[in-house]
Formats: sequence, C-alpha cells, structure tokens
Amino acid sequence: MQLKAIRTGAILPRPSRRSCIRVCAKVSKKDGEPRVIRGKCFVTRDNIDTDQIIPAEYLTLVPSKPDEYEKLGSYALIGLPDNLYPTRYVRDGEVKTEYPVIIGGQNFGCGSSREHAPVALGAAGAQVCVAESYARIFFRNCIATGELYPCETSVRLCDKLTTGSEVTVDMENNVLIDHSTGATYRLQEIGEAGPVIDAGGIFEYARSQGMIKTA
Amino acid sequence: MALQSTMRAPCASGRVTRRAVKVNAVAASPTPARTPASTGSVKRAMTMTEKILANHSDNAAVKPGDNIWTRVDKLMTHDVCGPGTFGIFQKEFGPNAQVWDNERVVIIPDHYIFTSDARANRNVDILRDMASKYNIKYFYDIMDRSNFRANPDYKGVCHVALAQEGHCKPGEVLFGTDSHTCNAGAFGQFATGVGNTDAGFILGTGKLLIKVPPTMRFVMDGEMPEYLLAKDLILQIIGEISVAGATYKAMEFVGSAIEGMNMEERMTICNMVVEAGGKNGVIAPDQTTFDYVRARTQEAFEPVYSDGAASFIEDYKWDVSKLEPLVAAPHSPDNRKTARECSDVKIDRVYIGSCTGGKTEDFLSAAKLFYRAKRQVKVPTYLVPATQKVWADVYTLPVPGCDGKTAAEIFEESGCVTPAAPSCAACLGGPRDTFARMNEPEVCVSTTNRNFPGRMGHKEGQIYLASPYTAAASALKGFVCDPREYM
Repeated sequence: MQLKAIRTGAILPRPSRRSCIRVCAKVSKKDGEPRVIRGKCFVTRDNIDTDQIIPAEYLTLVPSKPDEYEKLGSYALIGLPDNLYPTRYVRDGEVKTEYPVIIGGQNFGCGSSREHAPVALGAAGAQVCVAESYARIFFRNCIATGELYPCETSVRLCDKLTTGSEVTVDMENNVLIDHSTGATYRLQEIGEAGPVIDAGGIFEYARSQGMIKTA
Repeated sequence: MALQSTMRAPCASGRVTRRAVKVNAVAASPTPARTPASTGSVKRAMTMTEKILANHSDNAAVKPGDNIWTRVDKLMTHDVCGPGTFGIFQKEFGPNAQVWDNERVVIIPDHYIFTSDARANRNVDILRDMASKYNIKYFYDIMDRSNFRANPDYKGVCHVALAQEGHCKPGEVLFGTDSHTCNAGAFGQFATGVGNTDAGFILGTGKLLIKVPPTMRFVMDGEMPEYLLAKDLILQIIGEISVAGATYKAMEFVGSAIEGMNMEERMTICNMVVEAGGKNGVIAPDQTTFDYVRARTQEAFEPVYSDGAASFIEDYKWDVSKLEPLVAAPHSPDNRKTARECSDVKIDRVYIGSCTGGKTEDFLSAAKLFYRAKRQVKVPTYLVPATQKVWADVYTLPVPGCDGKTAAEIFEESGCVTPAAPSCAACLGGPRDTFARMNEPEVCVSTTNRNFPGRMGHKEGQIYLASPYTAAASALKGFVCDPREYM
C-alpha cells in the first residue's frame, strides 16, 4: 500500500480539486508499510539554495506555530527564477503542491541553515527529494524535522525527468521509476536516516527507541 | 596506511591550474586501539577540529567520519530562528523543562529589527518572553526601534556581537541557528550552523550528535598587497573549490598572510566557509587572538592546535602577493572573476555591511579608499555597521592615515548614505521596508556573503560580492572597479 494513502487516510487530491485534506506533513510512516512514494515530480537543477526554497522575507513565520507552518508551505520554492521555472511548485492561491517528489541536481539546499527550508517543502506536501548531492545543514535538517526524505542518486535525474511526470520513488528497492517512459534509475540507500524520518523526526525517533523519556 | 592527497599547484597569476598531482605518502602503520594509559591518554595525530571535538566528547581521540556526541559550550540564536527553536524545546522537553545552562545560551536579535513588519517585531517579543522564562543571562534586547542607541543591551549582527562580547574562545564548541556561525572559527574554535530542531535539542541537553569532518588545509603565504583584503582571499578559495567543494569538511587556514591578519579579517575568511559548503573553518589562535579575547572576557580557555603529523584531506597553497582583487559575479559565490575583467559592468548601488563585510575593519578600509580618491560616489552607497560598537567606531575612530578624520566624516564627504542602524538589514532581503533592500532589479556591488537569485530582495537583482576596497572603488566609478584605480 502506498505511503500517501497511509498518511492522509485518503487518496492524494487530484490536481483539479482544491486541497481540503489536512495533510500531516511530517512523514510519520506507519510500521511495516513500505517506504514507497508515487506521484508527480518537480524538476530543479544544481545549487538550489535556501533563498530560492523559501525567500528570507517569509522567515518571520515561525514553523512551530501550526497556522504559520501551513503558510510557509504556500511559499515553498517561490524564489525560483520565473524564466527558468515557469511552472510554480505551489500554484498561486493554493497552499499545497501537486508534486510530492522533488528532483534536484548537485548541492541541493545550499546556503542558509534555516530549517524553514525543509519545513516549507514538507508543509507544502513534498515527501521526498531525489538529488545528486545535498548541502550538509539542509540534509541534516530534513532528517531532524522528518519533513522529507533526502535521497541521493548518482544519476543526473534533472536531465532525464520533466516536471509533471509521474514517478515512483521506492526506497525499499532503491529505484526511481519514471512512469512516462518506463525507465528505472538506481538510488543510494537512505540508510539510518530512513527510520528517523519514518518516525517523524529526531525527537519522535528518539522517543520511539526509548532514547529519551516521553515529554 | 597510504595517505593520499591532491596538491593543486598555483601558477604565477594566482589562478590554480586543474592539474592534480597525486601524492602518495606512506604513514606509519595504524596504531592498534588501546585503552588510555594511567599517566595519560592515547596520542593520535589530529587536526585542530578533531582535537576540539575529541576534548568535548568522551573520546581520547576522534577521526573523520566518527559520529560523536559533543558537549556544547555556547548556543546562539536570533530573531528569525529563536522563536522556532524555543517552540521545539518546549514541545519536546515539556513546559516545565529548564534549558541545560542558562549562561550558555546567547540570544541576539539582529535579522529583522528595524521594520514595521508585525510578525518580525513579535518575534523579538517572543525572545524576550523566552529569555525571561528561562532566565537567559545573555539577551541583547531592543525595545525602542526608532532609536537603536536608546537600547543599551542591543548589539546587532549576531556573529560580530558574539566576538565583541567575549563569547568566542579558542578550543570551544559553538553552535548557532545561522549558517555564518562558522565565523567564530577565526578564534580557533569549532563553530557551525544548525537548524531549529538541532538547536532545540541542544537547549535541553547541552549536547549534539555530529560527524567529525575531515580537514582541508589552505596555505595563504606571502605579503598581502595593499589593495587586497581577506575577502579577496576567501573569494579566491571559493572560486577555486566551488560552492560544494568543502561540503562536510573543515577548512583550516594557515600561512603568513593569515598570521598577519587581525581578528576581524580572520573572521571575514571563516565567515564564508559555509559558502563553499564547509562545516566549519578554523585559524590557529595566537597572540593576536589572545589579546582580543582577553580584552573582552576573563573566562578560562584552552587553545588547541593541529598536530604536525595530522592528516589533511586536501592541501591548497597560494602566494597572496600574486592575487588580484576579485568579485563573485551573479548568481553564485563561486562565480569568481577579477574586478578588472568586470570593469564594463555598470552598477546601480553599493552595499557595505553584514557579518562578512560590516565590521569596523571593513569600514576603515572603505573609508581609506574614499579618502585617497577625494571624489564623490556615483551611485547610492549604503552603509550598515554590523553592531552598535562598529557604528560607534565609524563615528569616533580616526581612520589611519587620513588626517584624523573619522570614517563617518569621510563617508559624508564622499556622498554616501548616512550609516544605518546596525542589523543584518538587506544582506538577505528581509521584510519589504528593510533598509537598502533591493526592491527593483538592480546591479549591486556588496561586501556581503551570498548572491544567489533574490538574495537581497528582487529575484532579478544582480549582486557582485566584493571586498570593502572593491566596493568603495566601484561606488566611485559607477562600474565594478578594481580598487587599484584609486590607490
């Protein structure tokens, strides 16, 4: 059974329908369910920095406040230059994205340490990013917050996929399948980061493992 | 164990050729693990970064790749990330929890201060509540936004304030909820940026799980030419290794040029380590460091140094006397060009400020060039001192070699915009009414740290990162300009 169905308790909204389903954006995968995500992909290129992911003017929103958390999501990737990215990650007026899978090139998430970056992506409905490489603070923040899986691949997927294509990111078998062409691409193992994100972040994981007492 | 390092040989112009020389050095066979002797601990050659982390964890020695729990000496946060950090702390540790050490948390509002944005202002209020609730000793508060000087506690830009207030000490471990926390590595400490969740964890436990980084060494030798500043050196390095060249690595800066720098110039170099993807930057502490630190705190510290036999994952070497003033052209900090080759780029504004280029030394440098030129700037030139202390220096310190004039006098005579209230201001855009925010697609030469699209506000803005000399020269010319034209 696919991850999206477990998390929301409903099928992901079709693009034409305005999203009224409350998506619990932290991943929080149920035990025993496979770590497999299917959906449309949004393709970005190298060095997508945190100012493009969430421009600084929106950093007044505090991610630990639920209503501001949702608002952050509406601005996810709004900093991408319009001439290079004519399709917006979150449509104007919408709060959630149609693209649960983000494709990146090298050094995804470079720049600031702001946790607002993976949080905005997760709040918008991103579930997994598949990129050649990540900047370290962004990678760390993805895991700590449990907002999205930062998958790595040695394939330059940003040259192979196009925004809007339906893909499956299978983190059990470590492959990405492009359903528009049938092509499959190898992914690196998510490793120890997987269970942490499954649980919803470092604190949730630590509690589930008995590392820290429940608050 | 064979050590492999790639030497990059610099050629005469200072540009490093891409010809990689693989050096296979044979080291002694690895010492088998043994328990610490009763009279001392196991000696393993370590870099400064490794030693600091070993000292702060329960290990006699660490090596790159080790995942370790490190004790934290100081945690810094500001108005953008502080509320979220405390929110996570309260949620995870409970409403009755106390921070691990209320004297080791430093809260410095600096990012969005002089704005009418209600949420930004609210965030400073939240910090005040947190500081009160948790009895935080160091909270540099601001309440009267109309007059920064009416706030005795307010400092300004966090990284500069940390240094000026004596929070940076050799051998210590500092985390901050800001990527430029690596700035403090200039003091020979381990300092790096983390997100809210990691910071929330530190608030409760005083520790963090991190991976020990390997160290890249950058040897900057020779005498600094009069037209070159620390900013030119770090732009040289980032342009060489790219914005991901130091990802997950420590960057250690050595050499006679580094040793000859004062603390502010050293901070400029370590500040931009993150722009190369680096985890942390370090410079060996020396008398310059001790003098600076002792003038600001009497707390004890223990400097550490890289062992002679320590392993460095990569080595780079430059003769700084052969380098030229540089810029990082739009839209990446590694888009290195000489200022000379950009002399046809017409500009609309100049910005001198931020933790990278808004310190006292940066303003003294810009003032010196303006004074020598004895001309008016051709474009709006915005000046934002990083902290209250820097602002005071701009207005009171005589600039060396300028007939007793202060920087403020020289700036006024050159037609610059009056120095603004200290904060991060337009370095990262911010709320729409932020001072000097780029709200139109203009071309700006800036002493700040990043020039990705939209960094200073407008997505189509073009930002050329530069040293204070190059910024001042460009302001005078109205084009990107090599400072030698005015020297």
